[in-house]
Amino acid sequence: MKSDDRGKGVIHMPRKDITSGNWAVAEAMRQVNPDVVAAYPITPSTDIPMKFSEFVADGLVDTNLVTVESEHSAISACLAASISGARVMTASSANGVALMHEIFPIAASYRAPIVFALVNRSLGAPINIHCDHSDSMAERDSSWIQLYCEDAQEVYDSMIMGVRLAEHKDVLLPVFVCQDGFITSHCFEPVEFLDDEQVKDFIGEREPINSLLDIKNPVAYGSLALTDYYFEIKRQQIEAMKQVRRVYDEVSREFASITGRQYPVIETYKTDDADHIMVIMSSATGAAKETVDALREKGHKVGCLRIRMFRPFPATEIADALKKARNIAVCDRAAGYGAPAPLFTEIKSALYDAGIHIPANSYVYGLGGRDFFPHNAEEAFMDLIENRVSTEEKYLGLRE
Amino acid sequence: MSKVIEIRWHGRGGQGAKTGSSILSEVLFESGKFAQAFPEYGAERQGAPMKAYNRISETPIRVRSGVLNPDVVIVIDPTLLDAANPTEGGKDETVYIINTTKKPEAIKKQLGLPDSARVMTVDATGITLEEFGQNRPNTPMLGVVARLFQDISVDAFIEHFRNKMGPKLPEKVLEANLNAIRRGYEEVQER
Repeated sequence: MKSDDRGKGVIHMPRKDITSGNWAVAEAMRQVNPDVVAAYPITPSTDIPMKFSEFVADGLVDTNLVTVESEHSAISACLAASISGARVMTASSANGVALMHEIFPIAASYRAPIVFALVNRSLGAPINIHCDHSDSMAERDSSWIQLYCEDAQEVYDSMIMGVRLAEHKDVLLPVFVCQDGFITSHCFEPVEFLDDEQVKDFIGEREPINSLLDIKNPVAYGSLALTDYYFEIKRQQIEAMKQVRRVYDEVSREFASITGRQYPVIETYKTDDADHIMVIMSSATGAAKETVDALREKGHKVGCLRIRMFRPFPATEIADALKKARNIAVCDRAAGYGAPAPLFTEIKSALYDAGIHIPANSYVYGLGGRDFFPHNAEEAFMDLIENRVSTEEKYLGLRE
Repeated sequence: MSKVIEIRWHGRGGQGAKTGSSILSEVLFESGKFAQAFPEYGAERQGAPMKAYNRISETPIRVRSGVLNPDVVIVIDPTLLDAANPTEGGKDETVYIINTTKKPEAIKKQLGLPDSARVMTVDATGITLEEFGQNRPNTPMLGVVARLFQDISVDAFIEHFRNKMGPKLPEKVLEANLNAIRRGYEEVQER
């Protein structure tokens, strides 16, 4: 699929620079040099197609940038390109993600390895441009891999690892690389970039299976499968998702050997001897870690568990990390409406399967970008320490 | 735990608070420090009060929430002394850097700060009007900020600005901005 002059804008020095989560994505995309990007910009992910379109205009990439009239068309164009054998990337947020929803399960079922920068933003209404996880959590059963990043470095690295993960022949599933809108996407902080050649070597060329453009081996996409085959095809998707963990471990190990940066599917912070553990995701983890250190100085044995991979859900590792705790606090940046919040549901299920029955508080925080401060984390930890644990859902940073 | 310096900028949309905080983080990063710069986004519009933040540390910075108790408050627009609340969350040792024609004593009185407070004032608007005929007060403010860091010279700010903006600005405008940074550094009044 590639012309020989791909990556004309090669920069040879590995470098560290101040950049934002969004610009880090755009830089990863420049280095990946995807065949096709189809995008319809929406806040707070707008910077990604904006910056990337500069790279296209400046001739730094060979990408066919398809500007479309809606998010639904953006993901449709991405899907068509992906099943034609192209390497495809895009970005969106919130209601843009919601408008794409119809196509997401189709992309997974077509086994289209699209790498998607999802900049988390609350779903309307009311209209709100700020961060929560309602957009990506609504896609948790769309058969896409979901990775949640704490900072811009992790976002950049995940976009590159995501290519290898999605395109692996045993996986062939699309991947969401999630970052917190504004908090991560617009914060400028140091990021270490790989050398262009390193990225090129790491991701290699896509070797498409069942490409639409392989006219010697014609295939059909979009065909009908009723009661006869639909179920079997879904079963294959379930199986593909089961392969993700093994492939992810291989890819992340190789990535670590180049960069020294480790990205386990869950990150444990001082959990080994912890009596009380907070389970949390994405950018809020920093405030939780800071609070862990502050409370440990006061003699409290507390720890923090960050869930990086939400789909597939690493239940065994999570149960193992939590099994010795006296009680836990699970913090969700999305509400469940009529059922427990999504992360809390998964954590309880993981513990049940492992035969672990520890008291757990469910906290919903940060909806619509409500800030999550260290004192919010402290409030939850103090509930655990002082044994205020109940099945009633609790809220951090809410005026009531 | 390491000491993190937290800075809050008050400006109006279009005055360069966001750019100022970005440039500050870049200069400090180039000097080997860890830095964050992030604006507070609302309904973005020209002229509306807005805030931007920095965190600066010798070690990696983890907290990503807004700044509640700033070590430094920078007010780019003098009208925000009344229209915003620059002393909100301030500590005894908080440093205030104000774009104003007034003296530090007068600002202390206006903001209700104790005599012991550290207040730095500079007529940043006047400097940029003189230097390039526009009210773009963020560059002289950067010059004043340079006073806060004993291990980083004002030349580091000037050189960074030259490298970053040199390709984008006409030579005359660039030099005027560089002068504005130096004049902010030199013309600050402190008490």
